[in-house]
Amino acid sequence: MENDGKKSTALISNISKTFNTNKVVDNLSFSVMPGEIFGLIGPNGAGKTTTIRMMMDIIKPDSGEISILGKNLSEDSKDKIGYLPEERGLYKKLNVLQSLSYLASLKGISPTIAREKTEHLLNRVEMLPHAKKKIEELSRGMGQIIQFLTAIIHDPSLIILDEPFANLDPVNTELLKEIVLELRNEGRAIILSTHRMNEVEELCDRILMINHGRNVLYGELSEIKSRFRNNSIFLELEGDPGELTGVTGKRDYGNYTELLLDGKTAPQQVLEQLISQGKNVNRFEVSTPSLHEIFLQVVEEGQ
Amino acid sequence: MNKTLLIFRHELVHTINRKGFIIMTLIVPALALLAIGVFQLVSTISKPAVIETITIGYVDEAGGFDQHASQGTIELVSFNATEDVTAALTNGEVSEYFVITSDYISTGVIYRYTLEKELETPQPIATAIKNFLTSNLLSGKVHFEMIYRIETPPYLVVTRLTETGEVASDQGGFGNVIIPGIFSLLLAFSLVFSSNYLVQGLGDEKESRLIEVLLSSVSPRQLIIGKVLGLGVAGLVQVAVWLASAPLLLKLASSTFGGFISMIQLPANFLILGIVYFILGYSLFAALSTGTGAISPNAREGQQLAMIYTLLAFVPLWFSSLLFLFPNSPIWVALTIFPITAPVAVMLRLGVSDISAWELVASMAVLVFSIIGVLFLVTRAFRTYILMYGKRPGLREIVRSLRQA
Repeated sequence: MENDGKKSTALISNISKTFNTNKVVDNLSFSVMPGEIFGLIGPNGAGKTTTIRMMMDIIKPDSGEISILGKNLSEDSKDKIGYLPEERGLYKKLNVLQSLSYLASLKGISPTIAREKTEHLLNRVEMLPHAKKKIEELSRGMGQIIQFLTAIIHDPSLIILDEPFANLDPVNTELLKEIVLELRNEGRAIILSTHRMNEVEELCDRILMINHGRNVLYGELSEIKSRFRNNSIFLELEGDPGELTGVTGKRDYGNYTELLLDGKTAPQQVLEQLISQGKNVNRFEVSTPSLHEIFLQVVEEGQ
Repeated sequence: MNKTLLIFRHELVHTINRKGFIIMTLIVPALALLAIGVFQLVSTISKPAVIETITIGYVDEAGGFDQHASQGTIELVSFNATEDVTAALTNGEVSEYFVITSDYISTGVIYRYTLEKELETPQPIATAIKNFLTSNLLSGKVHFEMIYRIETPPYLVVTRLTETGEVASDQGGFGNVIIPGIFSLLLAFSLVFSSNYLVQGLGDEKESRLIEVLLSSVSPRQLIIGKVLGLGVAGLVQVAVWLASAPLLLKLASSTFGGFISMIQLPANFLILGIVYFILGYSLFAALSTGTGAISPNAREGQQLAMIYTLLAFVPLWFSSLLFLFPNSPIWVALTIFPITAPVAVMLRLGVSDISAWELVASMAVLVFSIIGVLFLVTRAFRTYILMYGKRPGLREIVRSLRQA
């Protein structure tokens, strides 16, 4: 698949997976482009982890195809992908340097480069003084940062992050977000799987929401949000707005008023009417539901 | 570097650096050294400075038993009446006494009286009394050399011949059993330890969820082969250390156990069969342990499950005393062919009796087919169960998954 002349980093076509009699992923298709952060969201048990595991070739789909950088998924593809699983785990008895070097070598990085990259990344996250510490001696947050580094040490083209900010303090959360945005700007494709909708709104360019293993929302985040727009306006002004063409109702919230539109009138037309009437407008906001609200609405509809 | 090699190297280094591995590797020669030291210490302490002479009283009611009263370190003193000898016993003049009744020649009964509580008459005393009686009965009737030969049992020198009448290279005997016996014990231990390390390693990686990170970099096949080879070589290192310490220990032991060590010899084909059965045995146990590690939610449960087959490996050793009594029993043939007991059973039997060629062929064939079969099932189950956390699947569920895989 191509988008604006760019080839997709990951292309997933009609994949399905059934465990015993339970269809966990059902005919799912999507693509992830270079230089974008792609949100993979859905309620618990929706099939997100199974989808990710199929993309990592940890489990095989029953049907459908997965292609990474234009090639069918194979063992070689694994070296192009960085993966931070939701369930974290490292060798507790190894030190930070040994852990990072060993896991980098399994991604095809030579020991010398692995060491250089390890030191560079540890310096980036200000953890170089802890390089010789055993993993079991690190705090949970530090361990999580090391695990994050194992996902990016080999310069992957596709980075899959499953709940990367869970259990991190605000300082480390900001540090990781900063690195994620840097990686996006370097042109890497990033899949962010999370339950935190504010993070998706903050970071993601496009999203895929799955429920019961099926695609229920897919596309540009801004386009999806406008699709779920309530067709109303939040208005704060001095005095009463009076009669306005295209407005079918009003809800008074004290400090501000919500104007309900008839569906044919654009918010811009309402604003023009207010200005022409000489009203002093303090706030004019097109009402858009948060992703959290959209998530709840879509999940409820799917029940 | 090849990813299988990377995992192999990591597992090997990781395993031989483990405290448990180092302790187990060193403890076997250390225990042997300790046993030799303790034996030497005890024998030095208990060695009498002066050989003590024991005095035994006797009453001769039959008559004619008055010569040959000195029997090595035992002196026999005649008394006229039982009252006298009983008084001598209670006074401590004699340590015990016996009565030769008047009808001894027809009945052969000798009544022995002692202050000690014992299971049976001590061998030196029984021999001294027997030789005293025989010497007196035959004295003057036959030549003294004849008397000595009657009293001293024959010394059998056995030579085993081949079917063509030549002296066989493998002469058998207890000296032949020592090395295979020790090796079978070490083999069983090595199989158990290696299995435990494999199950524990997989269990830990599964429990810490590290397995997901590893499988995002390597295939299950690379992971399994790398682990199995790494732990296999670690097991070989362990056995090599044990075997390398053997010459030193034997040298030390020879001063303690004397001529017994010179009896030791290796049965024919021992080295070749030892290596073949180590490799086949290890491969089977490694395949079983990989499957056990895959289906167990954590290391502890995995090790409990692995006990089932690791304990079975010791079965031939439990019954090894029966092997000396019934070396050709069909049970030994069964243990030789049953794949889990085969490696240890073959090593044990090699020292005691011949194993027919068909048994060896059948045993190796069954082992090879078992390894292939178990590996086939394990690779099918691995992807399904290695990422399943929580409860261990039931047998029915595993069978269903294997059918679907």
